[in-house]
Amino acid sequence: MGYDKRVDGRKPDELRPIVAKAGVIKRADGSAMFKIGDTVAYAAVYGPRDLFPKFLQDPQRGILRCKYNMMPFSGAGDRVRPGGSRRSKEISMVTEKALLPVLNLEDFPNAVVDVFIELPQTDAGTRCAGICAAAIALADAGLSMKDMVASVSVGKVDNMVAVDLNYAEESYEGGDVADVPVAFIPRTGQISLLQMDGLIDGESLKRALEMGRKACMQISEIQKKALKEKF
Amino acid sequence: MNELLKANILKWFGKGKRYDGRGLDEFRAVVIEQGVTKNAEGSARVKVGDTEVIAGVKLSVEKPYPDTPKDGNLLVNVELLPLSSPDFEAGPPGEEAIEVARVVDRGLRESKAIDIRKLCVQEGEKVWAVSIDICTINAAGNLLDASALAAVAALKNARFPEYDGKTVDYKSMTDKKLPIARFPVSVTVTKIGDSIFVDPTVEEEKVVDSRLTVAITDGGRICAMQKGGNSPLSIDEIGRMIDLAVAKAAELSKQL
Repeated sequence: MGYDKRVDGRKPDELRPIVAKAGVIKRADGSAMFKIGDTVAYAAVYGPRDLFPKFLQDPQRGILRCKYNMMPFSGAGDRVRPGGSRRSKEISMVTEKALLPVLNLEDFPNAVVDVFIELPQTDAGTRCAGICAAAIALADAGLSMKDMVASVSVGKVDNMVAVDLNYAEESYEGGDVADVPVAFIPRTGQISLLQMDGLIDGESLKRALEMGRKACMQISEIQKKALKEKF
Repeated sequence: MNELLKANILKWFGKGKRYDGRGLDEFRAVVIEQGVTKNAEGSARVKVGDTEVIAGVKLSVEKPYPDTPKDGNLLVNVELLPLSSPDFEAGPPGEEAIEVARVVDRGLRESKAIDIRKLCVQEGEKVWAVSIDICTINAAGNLLDASALAAVAALKNARFPEYDGKTVDYKSMTDKKLPIARFPVSVTVTKIGDSIFVDPTVEEEKVVDSRLTVAITDGGRICAMQKGGNSPLSIDEIGRMIDLAVAKAAELSKQL
């Protein structure tokens, strides 16, 4: 037995269907929608703009500020109370760290670039979808970037190493589950987001990361295509 | 800056037009789409020109309020997301968000849009709670009317989840709809100088003298109002604003 067939019939290295669009929010300086399976993320970029209070400013470079938020009706089950949680704070922080390496913020001393990520509908992999949307939105805002950032969750469900786990897989109860959200900078193959929870052995983890790298290469092509379609 | 903007807007009004080419009594294109997010029991996306909001309905079983032991609970919340406008900041809801939420709430409550008696499961113990959250995606003016439309469209779209008397099973939905008795519509009539008009853009909102939001239910009856803006209004002006609102509400409700 074990988990040898994915609930939605995908191959272990197969992503859920992706739709990406740039420039979906007119009032923002840059924006994007990124849908992967049933998870939908919007991202909007404002800035570079003045940063107040002043003591937050960095005279050497601009600051990146990300805010991840689930809409109150976005989750399966109960309403998510608005106003942020410990979880959303942490995700906002790791999102910042995931995106920062590709930005050239030294051109904007004392300024801030705000990235707002909102999820109207969730089915696992929300921080990764948020990062994918945010990277497109940053490029859409015309900020100079060294590269894209693509992100996906990889992991292990029972004995199967797989990419892009959905909620049913993440909450699989027939065996151990490891969930490893990663973000890659495609051109260098470097990892800018890595978290993990669950149980996994070293060999499987290495295989999962390699699978994630390949998946992120595919995602970054979709991100670039979304930008080309707008311009 | 705003003085120039106002002068320009007034110049157009003088010609019976708006700077975007609309007539004074003309809405931007209204698009209503239902069932836009899967995990909500009901949802809708409303676009009014470039303004875009999403409303989601969540249903749960709660204890009723002690003073209304037979009535279901209704909650309306508006999130003016910083994603949707450079003018909105992150953080707890401010005055504007609370005003929009309360005006939408009054329109629904006072029109008795939902037959809340029918939401009673067990008197004094268990009732259905209807939570409507309205999130702004692109805030390009007239969030009041867009939010009210989205709330009603999402309620119309909602279906009860399975409930066995103990727990709500959100994974299995029934075909049962909410007990909706009527569909109120809000129209905000805005005044700049001596001109009254509907569906303001962000630029027009910046220089508004006063506004009157009128919630209208079946038969053209008025069920809630809210005056905004810093300038006072005469009885005659209010009369004209209400007439315009009632006429526009009839048009909007055809789209619901």
